Amino acid sequence: MNIAVCVKQVPDTSDPDTEVHIDSSGKGVDQSKFSFVINDADNFAVEEAILLKEKHGGEVTVVNVGSEAANQVIRMALAKGGDSAIRLDDEKFAGSDPVALARILQAGIKDVACDIVMAGCLASDDGYGSVGVALAALMGIPHAAYVKTVEVLSDNKLKIGRELEGGLLEMDEIETPCVLTIQTGGNEPRYASFKGIREASKKEIKVMDLAATGLSEDQVGEAGSVAVMVQYSVPEVGELAEILEGDPGETAGKLAGILKEKGLV
Amino acid sequence: MHEIFVLAEHRQGELRDVNFEMLTLAGSLDSKVTAVLLGSGMDDFAAKLAPFTDRVIVVDDPMFENFNAIDYQAALKALIEADKPHLVIIPNTGQGADILASLALEMGASFTSDIIGLAIEGDKPVATRAFYGGKINGRIEFKDADLYMVGLREGAIPAGEGTKSGEIQKVDNPVAATATNRKFLSYEQPAIGDVDITQSAMLVSVGRGIREDKNLPMMEELAKLIGADVSGSRAVVDAGWLPTDRQVGISGKTVKPKLYLALGISGAFQHVTGMKGSDVIVAINKDPDAPIFQYADFGIVDDLLKVVPALIDKIKEMKG
Repeated sequence: MNIAVCVKQVPDTSDPDTEVHIDSSGKGVDQSKFSFVINDADNFAVEEAILLKEKHGGEVTVVNVGSEAANQVIRMALAKGGDSAIRLDDEKFAGSDPVALARILQAGIKDVACDIVMAGCLASDDGYGSVGVALAALMGIPHAAYVKTVEVLSDNKLKIGRELEGGLLEMDEIETPCVLTIQTGGNEPRYASFKGIREASKKEIKVMDLAATGLSEDQVGEAGSVAVMVQYSVPEVGELAEILEGDPGETAGKLAGILKEKGLV
Repeated sequence: MHEIFVLAEHRQGELRDVNFEMLTLAGSLDSKVTAVLLGSGMDDFAAKLAPFTDRVIVVDDPMFENFNAIDYQAALKALIEADKPHLVIIPNTGQGADILASLALEMGASFTSDIIGLAIEGDKPVATRAFYGGKINGRIEFKDADLYMVGLREGAIPAGEGTKSGEIQKVDNPVAATATNRKFLSYEQPAIGDVDITQSAMLVSVGRGIREDKNLPMMEELAKLIGADVSGSRAVVDAGWLPTDRQVGISGKTVKPKLYLALGISGAFQHVTGMKGSDVIVAINKDPDAPIFQYADFGIVDDLLKVVPALIDKIKEMKG
């Protein structure tokens, strides 16, 4: 099973100290205070790809659309067991929607023979959840979204479990080659070993710009997009909670009092 | 007048609430509203959708008893080509998100996913989406196309009342044969553990803000003290700190306890959808901008690892 796994570097918005401020253009956010991590769902996709490789053989190619800064997440995926990597990097790629991104990814892996293309089911920053499915459509192969379990049935057949609302799993059979978008929680992403990290530094990250993809300018970026984010705004905030003020002893005391008054303790 | 198609969603014999949210949105856009219902034995569902529509197109065929992205896409393609709607609204769910992008690309439609609002300006839709976990919104404009498609987030639009009486039109299944490269096999229900949190009177619910699983016993001590069960966010379950059946939210359980004490939970919509019906919601979180404070009745903006021990002491004192 040869697998290409798409990874995205995102701001670590799970950190409560990460504040999101719209920049003066209105189309971007101030990234100066962000720390960047691999997108959560992509981390599970990398693990799933490596687990399949360990069980069934084959190679794992890590694919990313990003600047040199993204080498950090690419190297980590290589350290965990990825064999090689492709990074698609061109300033013309900026502003790409999921369709343009899928087009760039497709061009990036056009010479990679893979049975499965994996991607996280959702990015934590823009949350489109569309790139993997769009990629499958462009490649003309079947796909399944929100996949939590993958089992190889034969050379060209997988049994997969798609997570639906309420945690219900929809079990499907799907033929390879296919695209799977991977949901979080289906495996336990490993930590890279020191040996892995050392070896990853020697693995190749192939960098491709627009010319190398063979795409034209109007196929990427905003020009190649079907929907464009034109203006950020601060959401209207509903009525906020009554905030209890004071040091931890005081706020805890107030809260205990409220819970008692309401008959909850 | 333009026509809007709304793809109805059902599974395991249940018509899902998101249908009425999509139809309410479509009904606000001054267009002809057509629900598209694919399934087997659909008379009852069609009758339930009709009051929210101008018509319901029903493809009643055993092929659609369960969801299959490829069969659904083939049927929708044929129905869209026949009637040429201006806009198609699909639920941004496990089913809908499995077909939105691929159908849109096949149809040459301009589309976007997971919208929380939609308006028509001039002749074109304009969508609102949430970014960065709901901290900011973005306005989405579409490239000119004959067809637009959107995926609507569940719970984003309150469902209205159905006051119309849409005509129910049964059409022949336009799909000749079911897909061979992807097949539905079965559903697997999530395992049910020792505690059913949907029945809990009180929940102490933990999120990534507890930072490490070694802090979990402190939260469990608080829960035990007040007679609550422990639940958590997706992040905590994904990390393996709590079993799957303790997960609150869209992909977990919907809970309505008397007290929901959210500890270190930021309040992403996927979580909030599962707990906003609780009687009293208390949130403790370091981040004053965390969306959870918009849903909580009482909030403490502080480090929960300092507040929770103090709260345990105060409650012990009170109990004597």
